[in-house]
Amino acid sequence: MMSVPTQVLQSEWTKIKSVRSTVWTLGLALVVTVALGALISALTKSQFDKLSMKEKITFDPTFTSFAGMGLGQLAMIVFGVLVVANEYSTGMIRTSLAAVPQRATFLFSKITIAALLALAVSMVTSFLSFFLGQAMLGEHKASISDPGVLRAVVGGGLYMTLISVFAMGVATMLRSPMLSLGILMPFFFLISNILGAVPATKKVAQYFPDQAGRKVMQVITGVGDDESPYGPWGGFTIMVLWVVAALLGGYAVLKERDA
Amino acid sequence: MIEAVGLTKRYGAKTAVHNLSFQVRPGVVTGFLGPNGSGKSTTMRMIVGLDRPTSGQVTIGGLPYAQLPNAPRQVGALLDAKAVHGGRSARLHLLSLAQLAGIPARRVDEVLGVVGLQGVAGKRSKGFSLGMGQRLGIAAALLGDPQVLLFDEPVNGLDPEGILWVRNLMKQLAAEGRTVFVSSHLMSEMALTADHLIVIGRGQLLADMSVQDFIAANSAGFARVRTPDTEPEGREKLTAALVEAGGQVLSEPDGALRVTGVPLPRISDLAHDADVRLWELSPHQASLEEAYMRMTQAAVDYRSTADQRAGLWQAPGPYAQAPGYGHGMPPQGWAQPAPENPYPALPGEQPNPYAQQAAVPAAPAEAPAAPAAPPAAPAAAPADLTKRDSEDAR
Repeated sequence: MMSVPTQVLQSEWTKIKSVRSTVWTLGLALVVTVALGALISALTKSQFDKLSMKEKITFDPTFTSFAGMGLGQLAMIVFGVLVVANEYSTGMIRTSLAAVPQRATFLFSKITIAALLALAVSMVTSFLSFFLGQAMLGEHKASISDPGVLRAVVGGGLYMTLISVFAMGVATMLRSPMLSLGILMPFFFLISNILGAVPATKKVAQYFPDQAGRKVMQVITGVGDDESPYGPWGGFTIMVLWVVAALLGGYAVLKERDA
Repeated sequence: MIEAVGLTKRYGAKTAVHNLSFQVRPGVVTGFLGPNGSGKSTTMRMIVGLDRPTSGQVTIGGLPYAQLPNAPRQVGALLDAKAVHGGRSARLHLLSLAQLAGIPARRVDEVLGVVGLQGVAGKRSKGFSLGMGQRLGIAAALLGDPQVLLFDEPVNGLDPEGILWVRNLMKQLAAEGRTVFVSSHLMSEMALTADHLIVIGRGQLLADMSVQDFIAANSAGFARVRTPDTEPEGREKLTAALVEAGGQVLSEPDGALRVTGVPLPRISDLAHDADVRLWELSPHQASLEEAYMRMTQAAVDYRSTADQRAGLWQAPGPYAQAPGYGHGMPPQGWAQPAPENPYPALPGEQPNPYAQQAAVPAAPAEAPAAPAAPPAAPAAAPADLTKRDSEDAR
């Protein structure tokens, strides 16, 4: 006799691999991130001579190869939202919870499976982006053995994973795919970036999950006006706290509300 | 065995289920009847722990659902046939549910066979018809070979062959000693399938009795009597004579009389004595459907009103005065106004011993009034609704 969590993990694995949206969203996240990163790396190489001296000194070849992540993360958000919110929009949640009355077990097993899958895809994406991007950068490239580079590439994979888990937590709270996407997509694509660029709001925006988490993907930091009060892992921890908060919020909603 | 004690569920000011207590026993099919919105689905959701009762509790075999060890092996439920991810194939949908409960994968193909979906097992359920969806839902309920089965409106969307199949399946499951609890809003269907009935209206228990008792208590016979339309005074004379002889008389929409408590030959004798000619004198049996409608009519949430077609009618045409088409007339051309209550209580009926409230507008002393006056009971029904609404608000 297997334990309940093992059963739920198995069941969630069957669920996640039996719908097309999984392949679509994760595949899109990989392709968009890698392709856009490679394109921007190639463009950077051709324009490198036109950069200012300051820009040349602070040039971060690793982070440049991750340039596609800003767009690719949106597909990860869609994946995270659909994994959770599709249970609600289809009504499947009632069947699932009738089978697993232990709601915490159900939720965290589901998120574990989805997060592991997201982690695998994100890591592949991050390493592919790095190596392809460096190849495009030619003589300006960084090596994986340079100090901080491996951390940044692994961090890139973790970043994309956490973005999708954050989306899962938010979707558990909001229960609707449209509502969740309607809030998360503009936030990460526009609002966070705009607030992060405006000097007045920058101090607040740097604590947003994406901006704090992105720190771990940078190799060359702390130069010029790019000063932030936290280092790579400090920023990563801030992002983890956001994710934990979203998951706890989601669990609180699932536990209290009628399905 | 399912046991509900004082089960109550409120959504804000709306009370969906109010102080419901009942038992569902193993070995019989128990029908769960009520109009749309009467709280059947809410009750079923509370049984499987999806909704938390505001007060009271419901247990299965003595335990709340959430505390049942490996619940899917003990309780199978079809709550909503549409509650599947349309992009997933029938087999993988069932496989994911089987894995949740630690049920071996070969059981999936067994239940697919039982419900007759083997041929479309690999198809995505998006393309399923309503009937196929119901079969898939029934397959999911049967997966764990459970002792307790809940089916919410299982025959919705099924063809006659499918309905017959579900009916036999329910009976067979009960005959195997399982507890089978089936909701429906169709009395006629339940009369054929169920052994025991639990009837609710507006979230409250209206009846909890065997189908036989329900039939005995609710399907009294009556006689239909028509006097010549040309002699309205004959009708009144006969009514008076029948009431004097101890009968109860109600007027039918088309002007005929519905008589209970007086045998047919005696009606004929009375008519003869009163010197009234009869155009019709026929025996009738009130259907179970009618008895059910009568029982629940005060508890119907969604009632259609007459379509006035305001603004669509230019000028009253030549047919405007014909019964049933005139503006001011009730839609079915009722001769006597009883708009709220198409099925007034038959005064000759046995009172329902299980009815907990005045849902059956039984007022035998007032009801057999002369046909000119509307029965008193229907007027009480809307007042009753208002009263209950104000209770809900508390």
